[in-house]
Amino acid sequence: MASYPLSVNGTTTAVEAWDPDMPLLYALRNSLGLHAAKFGCGLGQCGACTVLLDNLPTRSCLLKVSDAVGRRITTAEGLGTPDKPHAVQAAFIAEQAAQCGYCTNGMVMSVVGLLARSPKPTREQAQGALAGNLCRCGSHDRVLKAVARASGQGRA
Amino acid sequence: MTKYERLQPWLRQAPRGGARKLGSGPAFSHELPAAPSRRDVLKAGALVVGFSFAGLPRAQTAAAGAGRTLALTEVDAFLAVRKDGSVVVYSGKVDLGTGHRIAMRQIVGEELSLPVDRIDLVEGDSALTPNQGPTAGSSGVMRGGMELRQAAATAREGLLVMGAQRLNQPVAGLSLVNGMVLAGDGGKVTVADLLGERSFNLKMNPKAALKDPAQYTLVGQSLARPDIPAKVTGQHVYVHDFTLPGMLHGRVVRPPSVGAKVLAVDEASVGRLPGVRVVRRIDFVGVVGSDEWAVLRAARELKVQWSDNAALVTSEAVVDWARRGPFLAEETLVNKGDASRLVALAASPDAIRATYVWPIQSHGSIGPSCAVADVRADGATVWTASQASHRMVSSCAAALDLPRDKVRAIYLDGAGCYGMNGHDDATVEAAMLSQAVGQPVRVQWSREDELGWDPKGPPQLLELRGTLAADGRIDAWETEMWLPRATANLEWVPLLSPLAAGLKQPVGQSTGLVTQNGDPSYPAVAVKVSVHWLGAAPLRPSNIRAPGKVANCFAVESFVDELAAKAKMDPLQFRLRDLANPRGREVLERTAKLMRWAARPSPQAASKARIASGRGIAYIHYKHNETFVAVGMEVEVDRDSGQIMVKRITCAHDCGLMINPNAVRAQVEGNILQTLSRTLFEETTFDRSRVTSVNWASYPLLRFTDVPLLDIDLVERRNEPPLGAGEAASSPVPAALANAVFDATGVRLRTVPFTRERVKAALG
Repeated sequence: MASYPLSVNGTTTAVEAWDPDMPLLYALRNSLGLHAAKFGCGLGQCGACTVLLDNLPTRSCLLKVSDAVGRRITTAEGLGTPDKPHAVQAAFIAEQAAQCGYCTNGMVMSVVGLLARSPKPTREQAQGALAGNLCRCGSHDRVLKAVARASGQGRA
Repeated sequence: MTKYERLQPWLRQAPRGGARKLGSGPAFSHELPAAPSRRDVLKAGALVVGFSFAGLPRAQTAAAGAGRTLALTEVDAFLAVRKDGSVVVYSGKVDLGTGHRIAMRQIVGEELSLPVDRIDLVEGDSALTPNQGPTAGSSGVMRGGMELRQAAATAREGLLVMGAQRLNQPVAGLSLVNGMVLAGDGGKVTVADLLGERSFNLKMNPKAALKDPAQYTLVGQSLARPDIPAKVTGQHVYVHDFTLPGMLHGRVVRPPSVGAKVLAVDEASVGRLPGVRVVRRIDFVGVVGSDEWAVLRAARELKVQWSDNAALVTSEAVVDWARRGPFLAEETLVNKGDASRLVALAASPDAIRATYVWPIQSHGSIGPSCAVADVRADGATVWTASQASHRMVSSCAAALDLPRDKVRAIYLDGAGCYGMNGHDDATVEAAMLSQAVGQPVRVQWSREDELGWDPKGPPQLLELRGTLAADGRIDAWETEMWLPRATANLEWVPLLSPLAAGLKQPVGQSTGLVTQNGDPSYPAVAVKVSVHWLGAAPLRPSNIRAPGKVANCFAVESFVDELAAKAKMDPLQFRLRDLANPRGREVLERTAKLMRWAARPSPQAASKARIASGRGIAYIHYKHNETFVAVGMEVEVDRDSGQIMVKRITCAHDCGLMINPNAVRAQVEGNILQTLSRTLFEETTFDRSRVTSVNWASYPLLRFTDVPLLDIDLVERRNEPPLGAGEAASSPVPAALANAVFDATGVRLRTVPFTRERVKAALG
C-alpha cells in the first residue's frame, strides 16, 4: 500500500492505494467520498468521469492515481454548491439542463474547460468541446443553451 | 438547512477532504437512516426525508412499513399529514430523471392547496409506497399521478368534513388553503390540528371533486426540478454513490459466450489482489472485496474455464431467423373495412410492397447498472434504480429464498432508465453476493456488461402492402409483423445470475406492448394488421422506450409517404386530406408551420449536387388513444460519404393537460434526440457466441456534434386529461427522417440504422 498526496479542490490529502495504476476515479469516489465524477465506461469514451487536471478536462477513469500526484485536480464539488453554484452550474440549473443527470458533471467540467480557453464559444465550438461527452437522455440542446448562458450569450 | 436541501431531500451532507480507510465509505451526517420507517418519515418533520445513514437498524427491513396500508383503495396508502401540517406523498412511480419528483408535488399540492415546498415525496419504496406498477409505458403522470390526484381530492373532501365538525359549520362554506380549513365567518383550523400524524381512514373516492383547471396555480407551471442543483454539483446520491457501513464491492464474472457453463475456477489467479473473495454457485461466478479497483481487476483477471457455446443466430441472420419461425401463433390484430379490397390487394400488380427492419438495440444507459444489497438472516434490503420496486421484491425474494415480506426494495436514481435495462439483474446480483458473504454488497456493471448483457429491445420485421383508389385515397392497407411474443402474466424477466446459479426463474420473455400503431391513423377502405408470433428472441428481450411503436411508426409513416409519392401528392396534404381527429390535424399543421412547409410531392427534382437537402414529416396518435405528435425533419445528405446531417427538427406535441410544461418539453427533446441516435447509429451486433458491440466505439450514440436545432411547440390543453409524454414523441422520428432523406435523394431507407455505409450503398 502506497500513499499518494492528491491536491483536490484546493486541499491536499494522502490517499492510499495498493496499485499505482489504479485510476484516479476510484480515489476520488471511494477514498475521498467525492461522487461527482461518475463511472461510465472506464474506456475514456463517454466523459462521465471528467475532472479538471491543471484546469484541463481529463478522463479520471484513465488517469493513474500515481500520475495525478503534483497536479491540481478539480471536481464539480470544488466548483460550487447547490446554494452557491459556479456560473456554469448555475447556467445548467437555469436551463434545467439535466434529466437523469448522470453525465452532467462531466459536461459541467468540459464546459468549464471550454470557457477557460474560449470565453464566448459559438454553438459549433461548444458542440466540438462536448463531442466526447455522451448523453443518453437527450439533454444536449439544453446543455448548449447553458453554455450560451454561462458565457453571457444566451438568456440571462 | 439550505433552500436546496429543503426541496432536494436526497441531498447528502458529504464531508470535504480527509482521507478515510479504503472501503469504509464517507461518513455522512444524517437525520434519518438509509431505510427509514414510516414513523421515521412522519417524525422527521417537513422536508428531511433523506437517504443518509447512521447504520441500518435491523428492524428496518421489510417490517418498516408495519401498520401502514399500501392498498390502492386507501388514501393513507398515498398521503400522510405530519404534525406540522406538511404532507408526505407516497408514490409507487419513480422519477427516472423525468421531473416526476416535482410534477407529483404539483398535482397533490394543487388539490390540497399546499405549496410544493410543504410536500415531501417518498418514491418506489416497497415497504412504504403502494404498488402502482412499474414506471413504464409513459404512465407516470397519466396513471400514477392521477391516482395521487384522486387521493388528494379525497383527502381534501375528508379534511373539509373534519373541519366542518370541528368548526361547527356546513361543509359547503369551507375551503382548504395552505394547510388551513377556513370558514366564511373567519373560523379556521389547521390540517395539522385536524389530522397531524393520524390516518385519514378514507377509501379512495373516484368521484371526489377535482379542482377546476381554471383555478390552477401549481399545475401547468414550469416549476424547477428540485434535484437538478444537486445533480450539477455532485451532491445528488445516485444508487452508484450510495454506501453502507461495511459495504463490499462486487462484480459478476460474465461468460465469454451466452449460456456457457463453468468448467473450473482458478481462485489462485486473483490471490495477489488484496481482500478479494470468489463466490461461485454453479455457473454464477462473482468476486467481492472491500477495494473496488481490486474487485474490478479480479473480475477481469480471474481465470475461469468455460464451456464453448455458439447458439446465437448472429445479428446478420436476424431477419432470416424471424421469417423462418417456428411461430407460436398467428394473430390478426386489426381487420376492418371491405375485405374484398384486401383480396384485390394480394393480387394487385399496382400494389406497393415494402419491408422494414428494426434492429436489436441496447438501452445504452450512460451509467452501467448498479445496486446495493444488505441481506441478513432475518430479511433483506436492496437499493435499486429499477423502474419496478415491487417487482424487485419478488425477484430478490425468489433468489434469496426469503418470503416476500422479508424483502424491501428502495428506489434510488440511476442513470437514465428507458425500460427494463440491467438494473433488475444488478439488484439481484448484489443480493446474491451479499447473502453469500454476509455483508452489504454493491454491484456495478462494467460497460461491456451493460451493452453486452442488458435485456435488449427486440428486433422487428414488418412487411407493408397497399393500394391506392382511383382518387388517390388509400384503398387497401396491410401490415404483417414478425415479433417475439411477450409471455402473458410473466412475473418478471428471467434474470441472468439466478439462472446461472440454477435458481428457479419464471419461464418466458417480455417485450412490452409491441404491436400497437401497426395500422395507419388515416382511413382506408380496408385495413388488416397481422403478426407472426415468435416464441424466442435472438437475445434476451425487454421493453425499450415506446416499445414496438418506434419501429411500427417508422414502417407505417414511411409507407404513407411511399403511397403519397405514388399518388404524386404532397406528403402533408396526403395525410391531412382524410385525417379526421382535430387534435391530430393540429399537431401536423403546427409542425408544418414551424417548418414553413412548401407543398409539393416528394422527392425533390433530381439534382447532381453533392449535398442534397430535403424535408419530411411523420405523425402518430400514440396507441391510437393517447398523445398526438408530429415531427418534422430538415436534412442534408452527402452523396459522396452517405452521411445524413440533420439540420433542424420541429415537433408539435399534444399530451393534454401538462402538469409541468418544461418537464414535458425535456421529455420531448429527449425522445427526439434519443430516437435520432437509435435511427442513425444503433444496432447491437452479435456473433454465434456473444454480443460484439460492447463499448461506445462499436455501439455509437449521437454526439453533440450531431445535434440539430430543435423547435418544439407544446399544445396547451388545460381542460383535457393528462397523457404520457415519456414515449410518444420518439415514435415519429425515424419515419420523419427517412421521409426527409427520400425527399432529398429519392432513395427510401427501410432498414435501421441509417449508417453512412448503408446510405451510400442505397444511393448507389
